[in-house]
This record gives sequence, structure tokens and C-alpha cells, in this order.
Amino acid sequence: MVDSFLVPLLKIVIVLNATLVGVTYMVLLERKVIAWAQSRLGPMRVGPYGILQPVADAVKLMIKEDITPVRADKWVFTAAPIIAMVPALIVYAVIPFGPEVSLFGRPVTLYITDINVGLLYIVSVASVGVYGIILAGYASNSKFPLLASLRASAQLISYEVAVTLTLVSVILVAGSLSMVSIVRAQESMGVWFAFLQPIAFVLFFIGGLAETNRAPFDLPEAEQELTGGFHTEYSGMRFALFFLAEYANMIVVSSVATTLFLGGWLRPFSSVGWLSFLDIIPSWAWFLLKSFFFLYVFIWVRATLPRYRYDQLMRLGWKVLIPLAIINLVVTAIVKVILL
Amino acid sequence: MGEAIAFYTIAAFVLGFAVLVVSTKDTVHSVLFLVLDFLFVAALYVLLGAQFLAAIQVLVYAGGIVVLYLFVVMLVNLKRPPEAHQDPNRRGKLGFALSAVVLAELGAIAAYGYVRPAPALAQASQVLPVTGNTEEIGWLLYTSYLIPFEIASMLLLVAMIGAIILAKREL
Repeated sequence: MVDSFLVPLLKIVIVLNATLVGVTYMVLLERKVIAWAQSRLGPMRVGPYGILQPVADAVKLMIKEDITPVRADKWVFTAAPIIAMVPALIVYAVIPFGPEVSLFGRPVTLYITDINVGLLYIVSVASVGVYGIILAGYASNSKFPLLASLRASAQLISYEVAVTLTLVSVILVAGSLSMVSIVRAQESMGVWFAFLQPIAFVLFFIGGLAETNRAPFDLPEAEQELTGGFHTEYSGMRFALFFLAEYANMIVVSSVATTLFLGGWLRPFSSVGWLSFLDIIPSWAWFLLKSFFFLYVFIWVRATLPRYRYDQLMRLGWKVLIPLAIINLVVTAIVKVILL
Repeated sequence: MGEAIAFYTIAAFVLGFAVLVVSTKDTVHSVLFLVLDFLFVAALYVLLGAQFLAAIQVLVYAGGIVVLYLFVVMLVNLKRPPEAHQDPNRRGKLGFALSAVVLAELGAIAAYGYVRPAPALAQASQVLPVTGNTEEIGWLLYTSYLIPFEIASMLLLVAMIGAIILAKREL
């Protein structure tokens, strides 16, 4: 009873809450880092150094008036933010934050579940998240959101191909689709897949930027051209849900990149014996540290690079990323066959 | 018992959404019901223990193909109701004919299954030298079902080349 029901339930509650708190603080971190990049201070008023800013933002968004446009498609307009949010959260079910540890005398795994098709589950659930954006643009019954959502769907479909192809080459090396097995494979080979699959690593990260609509691929939210983006007609908490989903997806991409390419919960050089003093930092802390690195790079890229033009975006996706991913996959397959 | 309840509940949702797909007037809503339908079909696969198939179902159909449907429906404004055909009974007749064919096919499959029951699944999987859902599917696709698999991939390639040639008149 405790092991089959209570422990998973507790894990779900903890992971969901940690995600939502993490998301709100990601917003603060982003504002701070971009401010520092531009020699500003960022939020400073609410709490010391502005650390209570997310609380103020949340209260503001919740008490704001929630407007549904008269000509909008009401059901779809209401459903769109939910459809965007739910896939971003249920993906966390298969992300391994750590191995099995002993907690209060009972073995507890630091992941909610480990299914045989874990990586495929992530990709398929993430592909459903596209609907949130498309439907938000459609249901608003307004031309700028519609244009933004058409852009977004074309962008997401194009980059999904490249991202999935890079994942296939990682699966080939690891020999499994299960997230835990992929980390174990890196442990037994004694090398992070970022070094075995450097091209896939870079392609995955670029594709991840595009899949989460982040700069320099944030065309669906190009304010100058679209007065805001697919969420122009949304206000209050529904508007906030789109942003929560975007940041939750950033955390997902960071966690998946950590698991697939940076050895998940493993400490650096996990096969080198004399570095075992690094084990005083627990496994989940290594995982969070590596994920945080990716999240920081997300913000760093946004502060540095200008936005792509639409045709450049499509050319990069179809003529550079996808061919590179296919070549990488074929080479990986050949090398694997030769080495076996 | 629990499995039977789950099956009949999911099957009822699958059929209910399928009816809504064809009966809804708004094309976008119709496409959305199709997505829900595909998701419940994926749930049926999970119930059968075919997680790989379920994930592929969601990835390819719900997340890929229907997005393209939605794309087309949104680009082609279908707010105007379709004009009635000259012969109002034609659609009904065609529908009945097609339904009769499908019903006959299902009846034939059921009858065949009754006459020659399929070997138990446990027996079939014992023969395989690999374990795990994904591995078993891969093994079967590249041994027993290699030729159908390759023919299907050729068909997809032909469709892709055909689409490119149709879309790009001068190459």
C-alpha cells in the first residue's frame, strides 16, 4: 500500500510543486541575468534583491481580469492554455533525478516511474503540446495570434524531426529507450554521451531552443511583427499558464539533455576512483546542477543573439539540422555495427 | 475484471469521439475530437501492454499528422457550410455501402478467429530471443515481417516523391 500508492503520490506532489516553484524562479533568474547582461540591476524592490518578485507576479496575474473575446471560440479558447500546460508537466513522470536511494529505511527511487519506452514517451507527449499554441491562435479569432500560431506550428513540426533524429542516434549508442538505462549505459561505458555524440548534443540543444520557442527562434512571440504572439488575446492566469508551460518545457529540455548527454545523476568522471570524494554531493544535486547549467545557457543565448528571420529559421531547420542529424545517425549506426 | 471495465470505458470513449468527429459541424472541433480519439486508441494499446505502439500512436498520429490536418483546416477557411450535392441520397447510399463492406470484413475476421483461434501470446513471445516491448517489436519487424515492413517503407517513399513532384511543377 505504502510502496505502491503513497510513495508515488508523494513523489508526484513533490516533483510538480518543485517544478512550479522552479518555473516562477526561472522567470526571476531570466530577468536578473538579462539585466546583468545589459548593465542593469533587474527587479530589486520586492524583498532583498527582488527575490520575492515571483510571489508578487503570481498574485498580480491571479487577481487580474480574465477576458474572453466576444468572437472567440470559447471552449477551445479555455482549453488551449490547459493543453499547453498539461504535457509540459506530465513529462516529468519519466525524468530520473537520481538512482535508488535509502530514505527512512526504505529504498526509494528518485524518479516517478521508469518505463521501457521512456524517451519515446517524452517525445510523444511533447508533440501534443503543440496543440496549445495552435489552438490559442485559432480560438482567439484575431489575425495576429493566428499568424503567430501558424508560424509556431510550422516551426515546431520542422524542428521536431531534427530533435527526434538526434535522439535516435543516442538510443543507438545506449541500446535502450528507458531514461534510467541510458544513464546506466553512460555509467558502464565510463563516458558521457556528450563526448560520444557531440554533433547530436549540439543539434539537440539548438532544436530544444526552437521547440521551446526561445530566442533566437522566438518568432511565435515576435512583438514587433505580431503585437505579442499567439497569446495576444489572453490575460490574467490563462496568459500565465502559457508562460508556465514555456518555462516548464525549458526545464524538460534541460533535464533530457542532462540525462542523455551529461550522464544524468552521475558525478563527473564516475569511473575514476580517486575522484570518489565528489560523491559527498548527492546524485540529485549533480542532476540539478547540470540542468541548471542548461537553463542558464538558455537565458545567456537569449541575452546574446538576435532573432532569426522566418526564412532563415526554416532554412536552418530543413537544410542544416536535419541533414546533419541524418548523417550523424548513419555514421553512428555504421560505427556501432563495426564495433560490435 | 478491472481490465474489462477499463477496456469497455476506453472503447466507449473511442466510439463516442469517432461519432463526434463525423457529426460536428465546425471542422476545427472535428479535428480536435480526432486527436482525442487517437489518444484513447493509444490508451487501448497501453491496456494491451503495447507501450511502444501507444507512444508511436501519440507521436505520429496525435502529435504529427493531425497537426498537419489542423494546419490545412486553419489555412483553408471552412466557415461556409458545404453545398448540398445534386442527389441528396448519394452520400447516404455510398456511406451505407462502405459501412456494409467494413461490417462484412469485421464479420469475416471474427468468424475466422472463431474457426482458427490465434496462438496464445505467451507462446509466441517465448520464441523470441529478446525481451522488452521495443526489442520484441524490432525483432519481429526485421525477421518475420521484414517484407511487409520494407514494402510499407517503399510505399511511403513513393508517396513522398509523388508529393514533392506534385507540389513543385518545375524541378
